[in-house]
Amino acid sequence: MIPPRERTAPGAGEPRAGSAAAARGLRRIRIVLPAHLRTLAGTGREVALDVESPVTQRAVLDALEARYPALRGAIRDHVTHRRRALVRFFACARDLSHESPDAPLPDAVAEGTEPFLIVGAIAGG
Amino acid sequence: MSSVRVLVGTRKGAFILTSDGRRDRWDITGPHFAGWELYHLKGSPADPNRLYASQTSGWFGQQIQRSNDGGKTWEPAGNQFTYAGVPGTHQWYDGTPHPWEFKRVWHLEPSLTDPDTVYAGVEDAALFRSADGAKTWEELPGLRGHGSGPHWAPGAGGLCLHSIVLDPSDAKRMFIAISAAGVFRSDDGAATWRPANRGLRSEYIPDPTAEVGHCVHHIAMHQSRPRTLFMQKHWDVMRSDDAADSWHEVSGNLPTDFGFVIDMHAHEPQTVFVIPIKSDSEHYPPEGRLRVYRSRTGGNEWEALTEGLPQRDCYVNVLRDAMAVDGLEACGIYFGTTGGQVYASADAGDTWKPIVRDLPAVLSVEVQTLA
Repeated sequence: MIPPRERTAPGAGEPRAGSAAAARGLRRIRIVLPAHLRTLAGTGREVALDVESPVTQRAVLDALEARYPALRGAIRDHVTHRRRALVRFFACARDLSHESPDAPLPDAVAEGTEPFLIVGAIAGG
Repeated sequence: MSSVRVLVGTRKGAFILTSDGRRDRWDITGPHFAGWELYHLKGSPADPNRLYASQTSGWFGQQIQRSNDGGKTWEPAGNQFTYAGVPGTHQWYDGTPHPWEFKRVWHLEPSLTDPDTVYAGVEDAALFRSADGAKTWEELPGLRGHGSGPHWAPGAGGLCLHSIVLDPSDAKRMFIAISAAGVFRSDDGAATWRPANRGLRSEYIPDPTAEVGHCVHHIAMHQSRPRTLFMQKHWDVMRSDDAADSWHEVSGNLPTDFGFVIDMHAHEPQTVFVIPIKSDSEHYPPEGRLRVYRSRTGGNEWEALTEGLPQRDCYVNVLRDAMAVDGLEACGIYFGTTGGQVYASADAGDTWKPIVRDLPAVLSVEVQTLA
């Protein structure tokens, strides 16, 4: 059985009208974590974070690691920031793993209507 | 009354077993860090409630966990292991140079005196130290930098620094072992190192008596005799009486001189334990009989200890960090198998029983004797 999805944080997606975050051009982004990283970070399935525009892989991961320092090194290398080999990034039914970390993410991610999925690759047989 | 805490690292999490000094009833907690590989957990001798754990995953890399309450709760600690300077290359399996790349922490060795100081032996082989309770890590580069590093080659399990032995009588002396480079000793607080493999003979390398290149599986020291060390090598059980300046073979009458673990009786510096394992690709007990061998004479003369251990159809392995002893008056001995059993003896090996079975494959066993 697929567990029920946790509620998305209120206000995800849109610039936060009237808020200081909105004034700084931040977007509220939804990120879905794999089970082991949820445990490590002590979060639920989905987290919502304010990310500066333009919304890119790098900006999302920077914000995620700043909020949850335990995830540093678990998704990408500490120093080179290269994605770990068995971690994948999906969004809007697309595999974005091989996109440039500085490429803008799909509008639906930047708008918060679709989550940015961090996935542990199926491997091991 | 004293009690015992057994820290078990497995392929799919950590388990903590506790008992009073009788060691006949065990409480088990876990899995801690379910689904992750726990290569090693160890408690600080200076503060038994301070535990360190190496948590690793092929997907999500290396984590270090720290507990301040004996393993009831844990917090993620620093996991950045960056080689000092330009990492350089070591030898790959095919003999070509291969860049040094951090993969995982095999062994954590807390300082004998300071709970916040802990050493980490890692793959690709290097020694790191934290002096702030594992928040940050710094390589001790004298080991890889002493000259032979470019010639080190990995064993079948990788180029791993798996053994760290601290000298209780000399805070500046320590020993480490690497598969497959061998033993190194420092006399200056890990600043400089020299190979300590004289007397080892390994027919599987081009020069069987080379200064480095030996597949040392584990080393052990008795706290009361820090100049005497014992070694389980890929083949051969070895002994040194001069702080690893030289080694001589003490395999004696063992059914095979291959194995991974070696450990010492807590109170008898001449009493040594090994678990012979068939070599090459088999890596299970000879004849399917799980036997601990004990020497009360510092090697050469070994007796099989079998009571309570399976003596037929047993094809598990016992990995290099998966044996430990407690410090109670009647010395307890513990080992874990790749079949998920942890066996214990409360009478120095005379009799055994499983204190847990059906865990994931056991990678490491450490024991704390608590007041």
